[in-house]
Amino acid sequence: MTATLTETPPPAVGRLIDQFELGLDAPICLTWELTYACNLACLHCLSSSGRRDPDELDTEEAKALIREFERMQIFYVNIGGGEPTVRPDFWELLDYAVEHHVGVKFSTNGFRITKERAEKLAATDYIDVQISLDGATAEVNDAVRGQGTYDAAMKALANLQAAGMQDFKISVVCTRHNIDQLDEFKAIADSFGAQLRLTRLRPSGRGADVWDELHPLPHQQRQLYDWLVANGEKVLTGDSFFHLAAYGDPLPGLNLCGAGRVVCLVDPVGDVYACPFAIHDRFKAGNIRDLGFDHVWKHAPLFEELRSPQTGGACAKCSAYDNCRGGCMAAKFFTGLPLDGPDPECVKGNAEEALASLDRGALPGSSQDHSHTGTVRNAPVGLTLGATRTRPTSACDESPVAGMV
Amino acid sequence: MIDGEAWQLSPSVELRPEPFGALVYDFSTRRLSFLKTLRLLDVVRRLDGTTDVGHALESAGVGEGERAGYLKALDGLAANGVLIRSAP
Repeated sequence: MTATLTETPPPAVGRLIDQFELGLDAPICLTWELTYACNLACLHCLSSSGRRDPDELDTEEAKALIREFERMQIFYVNIGGGEPTVRPDFWELLDYAVEHHVGVKFSTNGFRITKERAEKLAATDYIDVQISLDGATAEVNDAVRGQGTYDAAMKALANLQAAGMQDFKISVVCTRHNIDQLDEFKAIADSFGAQLRLTRLRPSGRGADVWDELHPLPHQQRQLYDWLVANGEKVLTGDSFFHLAAYGDPLPGLNLCGAGRVVCLVDPVGDVYACPFAIHDRFKAGNIRDLGFDHVWKHAPLFEELRSPQTGGACAKCSAYDNCRGGCMAAKFFTGLPLDGPDPECVKGNAEEALASLDRGALPGSSQDHSHTGTVRNAPVGLTLGATRTRPTSACDESPVAGMV
Repeated sequence: MIDGEAWQLSPSVELRPEPFGALVYDFSTRRLSFLKTLRLLDVVRRLDGTTDVGHALESAGVGEGERAGYLKALDGLAANGVLIRSAP
């Protein structure tokens, strides 16, 4: 989430988390992906982006949606993609959102954050920028994001700092290869006067293909948790590590799955999903072109289901359930686990048995794929074997080189 | 915060009513906070720059026993810049 969540000291009432589970009149954390087009081909892209979809919302539709956000008093939206700045009308839409009192935080790889752009961004309080960086060194970062992407991010950060931009973010997806670099990330953020934001790798989109190689190992989960506890509210997390709260103390922010309750995603073609990590038909609530966003948010049967009381399923018996609430819905779904059972990265190890007995050929996969099909100039080369498909090409294909030759 | 002072919502702040109370967003600090009861929302809305805090609490129906809790909540909002003191 963009903002720091602070609870006003309460007159005696219930916990906010209980209110949030029942849903709100409008989302707190709305992600709007403007395009599936991207100038990069990151191995772990959660939306399988690359190529623009011909059916993407046009400028007028996007402006109408901004006006609807204003009417619903959605104070700010998180804009992403794809790479949002490749849309020719990106800067026009940004100005339009600000004129309509909708704050914007946008995520970018930084390639297009020139000195001139940085100065314009710094001139308004309504806009916040986060630059993606998945390694504190070029070696670790570029292996996931592509050659030259570390340097491009550093240049963008320098431009923002030189322009006097305040409180911009460096956004890091935590992987097996960068958990040891957390202090270095913090030092980089401090050197630019930026805030560090760490988020969880999800097995969504192309992330499913590299999950087995990139997701943090069990001892690294503990390392990450200890680091987050030690650094507290100085480091942002998008409240994405609540599965780690099962180690003991809750982490700062909301320790619950906000999908469809306080969080949702509008994708480039206007489909509304329960959360940015759940781009799949199973979690599609509707399309803004049919009924409008407000109607989808308030009345979609999927969202009503997500806002109804949850039983906790197999997790309800666990002593840590009150802290972790069973973990991330998207992480369970895309690793083939039941939604009312433990998270694949359950720190109590409660998912290990189920994961070991899974039929990996039956994983749900993605309902859309906009990945580049041809050669990409700076395509990443993974630190191990690259984007090895860990699933067999077909359920009955047992050849060890299937899909690789 | 003193009972007899007049306070008001900062011009950079907007409220969004919700079933439990309200969301409070400050566009200048990009900070989100929450009013956790409908009555607190009522009190905050009554702070229009001319009404003093004591009067706002009273007219919103905050009882003696709850007064300290509400004053503390208002103090928190003032500390974050959500409420600002009106010019005398």
